[in-house]
Amino acid sequence: MAALSVRSLGKRYGRVEALGGVDLEVGDGQLVGLLGPNGAGKSTLVKIACGLVRPTSGEARVCGAPAGSTSARAALGYLAELFRFPGWATADEVLRLHQRLARSRGGAAERTRLLELVALADARDRRVEAMSKGMQQRLGIAQALVGEPRLLLLDEPTSALDPVGRRTVRILLEELRGRGVSVLLNSHLLSEVELVCDHVAILLGGKVVAAGSPEQLAHARGVEIETDEGVRVFEAAGRDETPRLVAELVRAGRRVYGVRLLSSTLEEVYLEAVQGETS
Amino acid sequence: MIGVVVTYALREALRRRVFLVVLLLTLLFLALYALANYYVFRDVAAVHLPEDVHADKRSFAGVFLSGLAMFAALFLGVVLAVFLTLGVVAGDAERGLLQPLVVRPLGRASLLVGRFVAAAAVCAAYVLAVYLGATLITGLIGHTWPGAVFWPGVTLAAAVALVAAISLLGSIFLSGTANGIAVFMIFGAGLVSGLLGTVGHALGSHTISHAAHIAAWALPFEALYQDALRQITEHTTGLAGVVLQLGPFGGAYVGGWSVRLWAAGYLGAVGLLAIRAFARRDL
Repeated sequence: MAALSVRSLGKRYGRVEALGGVDLEVGDGQLVGLLGPNGAGKSTLVKIACGLVRPTSGEARVCGAPAGSTSARAALGYLAELFRFPGWATADEVLRLHQRLARSRGGAAERTRLLELVALADARDRRVEAMSKGMQQRLGIAQALVGEPRLLLLDEPTSALDPVGRRTVRILLEELRGRGVSVLLNSHLLSEVELVCDHVAILLGGKVVAAGSPEQLAHARGVEIETDEGVRVFEAAGRDETPRLVAELVRAGRRVYGVRLLSSTLEEVYLEAVQGETS
Repeated sequence: MIGVVVTYALREALRRRVFLVVLLLTLLFLALYALANYYVFRDVAAVHLPEDVHADKRSFAGVFLSGLAMFAALFLGVVLAVFLTLGVVAGDAERGLLQPLVVRPLGRASLLVGRFVAAAAVCAAYVLAVYLGATLITGLIGHTWPGAVFWPGVTLAAAVALVAAISLLGSIFLSGTANGIAVFMIFGAGLVSGLLGTVGHALGSHTISHAAHIAAWALPFEALYQDALRQITEHTTGLAGVVLQLGPFGGAYVGGWSVRLWAAGYLGAVGLLAIRAFARRDL
């Protein structure tokens, strides 16, 4: 059973169509990246999955239960793009509240583990209002992990983090995947998605315009060979032609120093898919 | 699950700075009220009524001051109720405070009921404390006590709980500021209906009195306030009783169990409407 299954999902806000028949699946232990320009429908999709928004058509199921139902909400952890915790509460109190709401029996041990996981162990008794934005973001990630959810929905989880914080989250995501937790990651950071995601879906105007693994999405752009005469690019060539090309160059008296297979980056695939759309 | 939300909301209410401000302002009000009582009861002895007017000056002054304290308790209670509830749904959703709570498996109805129970508990305790504190001040300084002490306070607390429920309902549709303004306007409309009743009563206008009567039933927190006012004045007879019925902030023209039952039903209807509207609202 898929952690998240979305079929022909549609959502209209008055005359505006936010989602126009989206199909998406997040398997067990799979890390799926959601890409797209502002207004493409990414956040709407995530919000429908966690029951904050009701779909106009189609359906979304979380671990087999209809999105928004009690059992669906019990199976997921969510970090909103724009979220805030009460400024008067300490980090420990925020997690304790969410443990009670999620019916988690993890107790103090779970809170300690989660705070250590997001490098906030020293800020356990610090009030949220005294935390930096990055610290609050990390507390948000810890909150989403309360109760060991099967599905994690992360909407721009690294938007307020510095490079070290981003790396911490990346390592955390890989660790979660290792534990079988499924993740739907909504992010603008293409390099981040390319590094950690097993599957990527690109949304444009409420529709999926490209989907697949980063390797599937990237297509061959030729072979680059560095010789004593400089770098030569064979644009039409693929991986299979590489030994022949090297042999021909050597036979022609050239010294070969390096060979590189060229493929498009996720950024190039993305730009091609969204055709320059920014919002 | 409702208990978790109630605990959270109670802690939020008590730990926000606004509560400390309300507490300090209340102490200031009670101090000024005590000062006013001191001067009123000192000077009332010197007032000479015409020989044909039979009124107990001290009990008149005492009940008048209690009526004033009752209005102040209602007003301060309404301010607190509105501050605690004006942004519970739309306001908290705009700030991103609501979403992390709603996605948990507690249910939107539980969240709303929990928030109401906490706000009503804080406001009821506050209104009772202010009203009973003011009554005690008047009793100790003026040696005069209203006909009933405890139940008018409970009725007043119920009126404030009803305002909290209306504010919660408004918070589903309006942003925090807009909702706060709307609830204060509704509260003001209730006060105006009370004053209208007084005007109709004084002029002997059945039409105005009837309009005020309908308005009080349409806004039952005003009817409950009038009910509470009636409870403290019903044992005051003669000229003092007549004058008290005219003010200070509207007379008491509706009351009794019919009003209380209507208010309870009204609260239930507002609650059901809020739960239904919240269940359908996109966040």
